[in-house]
Amino acid sequence: MGSELSNPATQRMMIGSFLLAIVFLAVWEWGPAAFGIPQFIIPPASKVWDEFLRMLTRDRLMFHTGITAMQVVVGFVLGMILGMLVGFLLGMSPTAEFVLSPYILALQIAPKVAFAPLFVIWFGYTVYPKILVAILIVFFPIMINVLGAVRAIDPDIVRLARSFNASKLQIFWKIEFPASLPPFFAGLRIAATLAVIGVVVGELVGGNQGLGYLLTFGEGAGNTPMVFVTIIMLTVIGILLYGAIVLIENRVLHWLPGRARRAS
Amino acid sequence: MKTIRLECRNVTKRFAAQRKGEAPIVAVQNLNFKIADGEVVSLIGPSGCGKSTLLNMGSGLDPASDGEVMVDGEKVIKPNEHVAFMLQKDLLLPWRTIRQNVEFGLEIRGVPASERKATALGLLKKCRLPDFADHYPHQLSGGMRQRAALARTLAVDPAVLLMDEPFSALDAQTKMVLQQDLGRTLAETGKTALFVTHDLVEAIALSDRVLVMSQRPGTIIEEIVVDIPGRDNPMERRKSPKTGPYIAQLMSLLHIGEEVH
Repeated sequence: MGSELSNPATQRMMIGSFLLAIVFLAVWEWGPAAFGIPQFIIPPASKVWDEFLRMLTRDRLMFHTGITAMQVVVGFVLGMILGMLVGFLLGMSPTAEFVLSPYILALQIAPKVAFAPLFVIWFGYTVYPKILVAILIVFFPIMINVLGAVRAIDPDIVRLARSFNASKLQIFWKIEFPASLPPFFAGLRIAATLAVIGVVVGELVGGNQGLGYLLTFGEGAGNTPMVFVTIIMLTVIGILLYGAIVLIENRVLHWLPGRARRAS
Repeated sequence: MKTIRLECRNVTKRFAAQRKGEAPIVAVQNLNFKIADGEVVSLIGPSGCGKSTLLNMGSGLDPASDGEVMVDGEKVIKPNEHVAFMLQKDLLLPWRTIRQNVEFGLEIRGVPASERKATALGLLKKCRLPDFADHYPHQLSGGMRQRAALARTLAVDPAVLLMDEPFSALDAQTKMVLQQDLGRTLAETGKTALFVTHDLVEAIALSDRVLVMSQRPGTIIEEIVVDIPGRDNPMERRKSPKTGPYIAQLMSLLHIGEEVH
């Protein structure tokens, strides 16, 4: 990464990116007024910033952000583990896949956020419905990718291992597991953004905690800056999760051709 | 008389029919041959004559329907440590370095890490890849990858090497270089090998004997003893004036150029 930052072309692009951010903020601050758009439709950047500072002290913004972030992370991790397990099981047992695939497909097509009200009925205004929606929504991209990866393994590689007298467990740890990692991480990237959606929908449906609650509260009060601040905080949670995954992925998948070329 | 390393006794392999009511497909029928210690034997024949089936039976992945495949005097019924195979695909694992790939078989067999490493580095030197031990497969050319695959095959120190067209995916020149490497390595290590190929010159250049198989159901129709000196030097053998007549004999046995297209 160090060598990349010292590259003049990269530096130019970073400066460009930074300039674009300044232009964006300027347009946001003065653009709506110039076009006669009222502040309750699009509040200028400075108003949103003021609201952010107010919410920090008055509305326990960090508490609500923390609650949402916790639900996102717990749902994400559990959904990830579940997706991986089921992906491997189905990948290794064609019978299980054949029997289960219609049901899994049906569940995959069903819009997961629609389950939020049901989970609220089951578990009340607690953290559980939100985590459950996140698990459900994270599960599929991970499972599908792991399943696909196990399927795509060249049978001759497994035969090679078997000719060396490898056990089933050895074939799993030395071939199937590492081979599934690149698609697994691709699934994690997709799931990271979905997890936030799942939790927010859960919070919108019911409860008095989390950023989703602040969203409905801001809407009810006609407080547009508050809605803006909340959307930004949700985005920040998503970016942090996504960034963490990319960071781990770069360490784990350092052997992928594209990465190796960039590093050398 | 040298010890027999690989032997087929009346080996037949049938596959279940694709559709119900059809007769099973007989891939190979009544195969009989012996390969002595240190011998390199090529197996040549038309496409689909069951050459690869024979290698699968030899490696124990797919047992024979009738008859016996014997390696080192033991009947092959499952994968065993006397045999190692090498395919046209290098089958290197992309997440392992070349050294770790060479160690793969030893690792599965539970050989201690330090011992594995020493074996792998020694073989990489022998296969002329000593500077690539810590590279990943994608950083190597096709020829180098196939040499790494050879090192991985030799690492488990098999009594018999089964090779299924290992060089057929390589360009003509790389192929000659690798044949030379293989010829030298096999001579140095004194390994026994059964070498399946489509390339008539390769068969003559590399082996002591050539077995010619018929169309399916494959059976051995001819055995040719290659009487050209220098099996450890395939390049010279290619240039030998004796090679031409052998090729001509193989071509007529396989009816090459006789069909009307």
